[in-house]
Amino acid sequence: MTTKPKLEGIPREMIALRVANEIPEGSYVNLGIGIPTLISNWIEGRDIIIEAEIGMLNVGAFAEGEQIDQDCINASCQPVVELPGASYFSDCESLSMLRGGFIDYAVLGAFQVSEKGDFAGWNIPGSGRGDTGNIGGSMDLAVGAKNVFIAMDHVTTDGEFKILKNCSYPLTAKGVIKKIFTNLAVIDVTDKGLVLRELAPGISAEDVQAVTEPKLIISADLKEMEM
Amino acid sequence: MNKLFPNVDEAVADIPDGSSIAFGGFFTCGSPIFLTEALARQGAKNLTIVSQTIGVGNWEINLLINNHQVKHAICNYPFARSVSKMSPFEKQLKAGEVSCEVYPMGTFIEKLRAGGAGLGAFYTPTGVGTVVAKGKETRLINGKEYLLEYAYRPDYAFIHAWKADTLGNVIFNKTAQNYNPEMAKSARIAIVEAENVLEPGQMDPNAIHLPGIYVKRVVKVDRPKIKIGIDG
Repeated sequence: MTTKPKLEGIPREMIALRVANEIPEGSYVNLGIGIPTLISNWIEGRDIIIEAEIGMLNVGAFAEGEQIDQDCINASCQPVVELPGASYFSDCESLSMLRGGFIDYAVLGAFQVSEKGDFAGWNIPGSGRGDTGNIGGSMDLAVGAKNVFIAMDHVTTDGEFKILKNCSYPLTAKGVIKKIFTNLAVIDVTDKGLVLRELAPGISAEDVQAVTEPKLIISADLKEMEM
Repeated sequence: MNKLFPNVDEAVADIPDGSSIAFGGFFTCGSPIFLTEALARQGAKNLTIVSQTIGVGNWEINLLINNHQVKHAICNYPFARSVSKMSPFEKQLKAGEVSCEVYPMGTFIEKLRAGGAGLGAFYTPTGVGTVVAKGKETRLINGKEYLLEYAYRPDYAFIHAWKADTLGNVIFNKTAQNYNPEMAKSARIAIVEAENVLEPGQMDPNAIHLPGIYVKRVVKVDRPKIKIGIDG
């Protein structure tokens, strides 16, 4: 726990926009709960197809009013609409798709991320649930997607670090994260360690290091985040 | 070969104590609500239930939990989303009245797929280096680490379908397909509740999701009235 005043950085919608800008046209994408869900707002109209674990490709916006169909939901149990070219399939097929490497970009939230690219996102110690918890589809997605990104707040609401040398929470997967997008920075996970690539407006490299446990490697072309 | 049963109560009447039963459905979507309610009326005990969630979205499962019909669950997402909300199943688990196995989503359904396909086990990369790997055999295949996971075959599967014919051919609707096909294929006796029951020849053979060979019983039900959401 730290007593430092919390650095604001950019709002959640802007983190989502920054991630959206990283995803190229022609990609198949799966978005997790939280900030990742907001990314869908920023890729509307682009040549990007969203997959839902429940067994759907070309997922559209949240359904409203007359559009709502109890037989058409996403993996977070929210009603969605289908876009032209949508397809439906079983969960078994969907998860085969994830493990099989057909998803180009998976964007997930996390409780903790390590400098080795491990991350923890399914269970908090002290929840009283022990080793039993809501694993969902994140472990399959994490080992299978070609690029796994984390989009999250840089620290917890209590100011605890989330980017660590080693995760203390139960892992979702080991060594899979390629990039971390937070309200303060964009960080690459590399074999040499965490490389600080971009800063939120008004945030310095020292600010980011002060709330990041592992020593950051400052990129030679460190720049302000472009939206 | 007419597999049509007159109602859900007769379709589940012979299920004995100690059976294992897989339930299709993903949260509120495509769950066999009517068969589950019938099983609660029927009262079979010491059940092993196989279901993605245990009374989260598929609220009707709580009828079985509250009747103390369940002794063990094989699942993927057992608890309420919020740790501050405790489901009936979580309460019984903490009291030591039931037991629980949790698997990653892909492993959970692949266990059933493998079972139905006559396989004994499979190796998956999912869960390596996590608590899921505890006590499990691992193997390096082409330089990558995999976990051994065993196949599973339940005695029964409860399936919710959009359309079925009296031979047991099934068509699902949109994301209500979810776990239903592989659960039907894994079970020794798959029971389908269908919103629409048709005669053979009334469905396009090209459109069949689940061929009738996998289905032993079909029963007509109404389209359920569902409130979407899991925080209810």
